[in-house]
Amino acid sequence: MPEKTIAGQIVELDEEGYLKNPVQWTKEIAVEIAKEEGIPELTPAHWRVIEFLQKDFRERGEVPGMRRLHKVGGIPTKELFDLFPGGPIKKAARIGGLPKPASCV
Amino acid sequence: MSRHDSLKKVSIIVSKGSFEGVYPGLIMAHGARMEGMEANLFFTFFGLHAIVKKKMNKLKVATVGNPALCVPTPMGMPMPTLLGALPGMSTLATAMMKKEMERLDIPPVGEFIEMIHDAGAGIYACKATVDMFKLKREDFCPQVDKVLTVGEFYQLSAEAQIIFT
Repeated sequence: MPEKTIAGQIVELDEEGYLKNPVQWTKEIAVEIAKEEGIPELTPAHWRVIEFLQKDFRERGEVPGMRRLHKVGGIPTKELFDLFPGGPIKKAARIGGLPKPASCV
Repeated sequence: MSRHDSLKKVSIIVSKGSFEGVYPGLIMAHGARMEGMEANLFFTFFGLHAIVKKKMNKLKVATVGNPALCVPTPMGMPMPTLLGALPGMSTLATAMMKKEMERLDIPPVGEFIEMIHDAGAGIYACKATVDMFKLKREDFCPQVDKVLTVGEFYQLSAEAQIIFT
């Protein structure tokens, strides 16, 4: 799946559907990917998670795990699972235009 | 998006009470929830130490009977068993391993259990061991959902893959 049009924009995706080039990411694209992931609407609570992931990725070069999201991002684990049911960080990373999380914890 | 089929549900049994005996099961349960899989943890025999309040954060690496243990680094020289028996060796090996795990953001056992439970995994204690060790509800961390018989564990594990560690 090399190229796809999402929200009227042509983007490059890897074989698992993650954006290859974060520069191509827009909020409109995020809304469309969220729908694919079964999240009909991105609320401010969703954006708080996505924006923390993006900020942390910019600063540290990797998608943070659940512990960092809680301790540094201030997002309780239960809330994270409520917002992004079924694989929360993978989903949030994909919606945020980030690569698939690469750590075990 | 292409998706590969993965497991839907796992039951992970933790039967050992050493530091290195407990962590693999916890990491696997955590990873299962991160993938959106249903996960249940069942603690039995010495594995029960991981959910007993006064023991859970004091687990130690086994320095005797562990021929893979090396010094001064994990890939260094094998440590002679006699040295491993010296007082403080287990504490030292545990401290070194904890430091490395902290660097990878792997939490201490107590915090990890809380995190896994918050992530939606079930935490269960084995009834036979609870009786054998004469444990009471108040001995356990609050995340323990229930004490289960083996039969109840199998019922709970319907449709799941069972992983024994």
